[in-house]
Amino acid sequence: MTTLSLENADRRKAWGFVAPALVWTVAFFVVPFLFMAAMSLWSRQGREIVRAWNLDNYLRFFGENALLKGLTNSLEITLTVTVLSVLLAYPLAWIIAERVPKRFQRTALILAILPFWTSYVVRSYSWLLVLTKNGVINQALLGIGIISEPLEIASTRTATVIGFVHFFVMLLTLTIYANLVQLSPNYRRAAADLGANGLQTFWHVILPLTLPGIMTGAFLTFVLCIGDYITPQILGGNNELVLPQIIMLQIGRRADLPMASALSIVLMLAVTLAYALCARWLKIDRV
Amino acid sequence: MLRHRLSTLLAVIYAAALFGFIFLPVAVLVLFSFQDGRLPVPPFNGFSLQWYEAIFADRKLMAALLNSLIVATASSAVACLLGFMAAYGFARYRLPGSVLQRGLLIAPMTVSYLIIALGLLTVLNTLGIGLSLWTVGIGHVVINLPLCFAIIYSSMGDHHVNIERAARDLGASDWKVMLLVTAPMLMPSILASFFLSVTFSWDEFIIAFLLSRFNVTLPVEIWSLLRSGLNPKTNAIGSVVFLASIALLAILELTLFRKKNTP
Amino acid sequence: MTAAVSIRTVSRLFHQFTALNEVSLEIAAGEFIVLLGPSGCGKTTLLSILGGFLLPSSGQVLIADKDMTFVPPARRPTTTMFQDYALFPHMCLRDNVGFGLRMRGMARAERYEKALGFLDLVGLKASSAKKPHELSGGQRQRVALARALAVDPDVLLLDEPLGALDLKLRRQMQDELKAIQKRVGTTFVHVTHDQEEAMAIADRIVVMNAGRIEDVGAPAEIYMRPKSLFSAGFMGEVNFLDGKAMARDGDDVLVETPLGRLALPATAFTAGEARAGQKLSLVIRPEHFRGPAETAGSPGSLSLGEARITSSAFFGTHQRCHVAPVSSPSSSLVVHMPQTAQLADGVCVPLAVQAADIVALPAVTEA
Repeated sequence: MTTLSLENADRRKAWGFVAPALVWTVAFFVVPFLFMAAMSLWSRQGREIVRAWNLDNYLRFFGENALLKGLTNSLEITLTVTVLSVLLAYPLAWIIAERVPKRFQRTALILAILPFWTSYVVRSYSWLLVLTKNGVINQALLGIGIISEPLEIASTRTATVIGFVHFFVMLLTLTIYANLVQLSPNYRRAAADLGANGLQTFWHVILPLTLPGIMTGAFLTFVLCIGDYITPQILGGNNELVLPQIIMLQIGRRADLPMASALSIVLMLAVTLAYALCARWLKIDRV
Repeated sequence: MLRHRLSTLLAVIYAAALFGFIFLPVAVLVLFSFQDGRLPVPPFNGFSLQWYEAIFADRKLMAALLNSLIVATASSAVACLLGFMAAYGFARYRLPGSVLQRGLLIAPMTVSYLIIALGLLTVLNTLGIGLSLWTVGIGHVVINLPLCFAIIYSSMGDHHVNIERAARDLGASDWKVMLLVTAPMLMPSILASFFLSVTFSWDEFIIAFLLSRFNVTLPVEIWSLLRSGLNPKTNAIGSVVFLASIALLAILELTLFRKKNTP
Repeated sequence: MTAAVSIRTVSRLFHQFTALNEVSLEIAAGEFIVLLGPSGCGKTTLLSILGGFLLPSSGQVLIADKDMTFVPPARRPTTTMFQDYALFPHMCLRDNVGFGLRMRGMARAERYEKALGFLDLVGLKASSAKKPHELSGGQRQRVALARALAVDPDVLLLDEPLGALDLKLRRQMQDELKAIQKRVGTTFVHVTHDQEEAMAIADRIVVMNAGRIEDVGAPAEIYMRPKSLFSAGFMGEVNFLDGKAMARDGDDVLVETPLGRLALPATAFTAGEARAGQKLSLVIRPEHFRGPAETAGSPGSLSLGEARITSSAFFGTHQRCHVAPVSSPSSSLVVHMPQTAQLADGVCVPLAVQAADIVALPAVTEA
């Protein structure tokens, strides 16, 4: 960036511009975060929060099966959702980018992500409507005669996965499409020119070139999915809780803020780990 | 030729199936908002506007809708203003440690909203500060500030500098330059980040849920509706939000973005 | 290998716009032919049709006497060198060059050997393990050439490959392209808008404008004996002098011009014989003007009267002057004066030109 001046008066001016945003971030993000980290090392006794430093909360997490299961549930569901969403979204993004005539592509894309504009809560609720015992799916299947008794889809892990995949397929279609479209068309022409058919062009050229974009989208999916409370709460039932649900339990029913804080730190660590893996992978395969 | 026909057929089938999957819940939502009956599930008994009447009569719901609008626009405005000023400062002046500071401003984008909410909750709790729409607004600025900053910062190009220099050369003070020259030049990205922030804030649930008490935003109020099970009323408010968003999007598309496309 | 290309009345329309208008051209096997013209003239469209990336609206394309009009790029004996090189960023150079061979099912060892051979041809064998982003523009261009040649095409199509290079590198690459083409013997079809580049490398130049071929021939022929006004103007700086064909004088034709009556030989009429009374445009290049000392008494020299110097600039090898002829003071000619001539604004100089250097073309009739 071109700079205008380094003089003291200008530097003070610069700080003046930048300070409000920095102060806000520090005051309302950094400090609360540090405070929460600190609180994770305290404990709740009765109605008070005892400010004695200890690792009790973390030890409980690794000790208590129910809590640990929350993390494994989160990871299992998130990984399933990520893989499924990528596999389903890529072909759709491909079809819109390659097969749809250019002047309809924008419309097709907007249609593909239109349900984004329902409220997130309402969208999950809509899936509840669709999957419930006397909802559309069950009644259709009963009507056709494929099943004789309504399926229990709602309030299960499957429903949660469906709800998540629905959201992330839309998100990934958008990101993968953007990725595909900015590839120079000459790559495809060169590959064809040198004798490659459609499948070969895709496998040897297009797929490797879009892989970084896919990884970024997958990472985004992972982060958003693992930290989500709404979809599992509405669609998942009460049996296999995920970590965000357990955290909310600690806040609400049990009013155990220290425990909630500790579990949040665990969640953050899981995300950081995923980020580290992704960054390392992207670095190895630098284009 | 045949191979191409076959692959086109497959493509059409796949696209249709996926579009069906994508639209299924929304179609069900909107259809059963007109349900003449108590349950928003098949069979569809007939068209009725009773649920739309119900939601417009529901004072709490309408209040929540208004609250959402206020919180969204106010917090987005603040986030835009802070983001713009910060982007201006970093782009036009060389500050020590700017990389770290910019990283700090972007950091909240990488953290789950639940954690941001929890952090603020623990602090407010300990300090004994009450929860309200103000606390929700603060939280929303936290999540939208990185976005506004990133978008506006990345659009401040070197070619803008000369225009600002010319303005200064002609006698404008710093504030005037910023107000009358820089801001208008960057209006597309300022508006983009504003509308994006409004969209995120409007629909945001977890921060609004944890950081409010009596006055709530729309997503939180809808959540309470869900406590009462499957209810066409929820369908109605959901459809209203959906269709209003689409309408707004269509208007924006036809006015703002169309103008950008024509050279 | 190599093959001849036959383009037969090829037209290409894009909705209302005619990009190519019944273009016909015969290219000999092993020829280095350059399609030259301004942007929008259709040269790139023609190249795309030759490569199979575009279908003609009408007409035929034959390669080695086989009709290839509807054959897709993968199965044509052509390869294209793209303007942005289109090297696969995620593959090393060896894999890039070997890509076409891999698509033909060649085994790995054989493929690597052949790819390295072609990298050696362009002088980049040592960098075979590098990725394209580690190379400079000129190096990437060489890899693109190696990749295109590796599959042994009959015809190599080059789409303004030297456009992104600076002058010195461009000159160097022009020489290298010419050398490589002579070595492998493949027919090269090269598209450019730079007439100097065309003259430097082409066996024959095809001058195109607005979807039509204006002129075809060897560089010297096109430069010295242009067959169309556009071609004359595009190949270099030129003066157009209005003229009118009057009568025959033996083998010569008498032409009336504002600078006097000139007797032009029949060879000056490159676009067909002149009719009496026909309006003509005489093409005189700035470097063809001669001073009195050179032309004194030499046969075939035509005097063009005197002209007043209105401005001059030193160009190293010559001085470029604008002059206003005394007999037609409102018009202006561009003349190249000798390097050491003493010139000053307002001075009158005599102009003369060899009759053999003038080309007479039909004037543009205002519609």
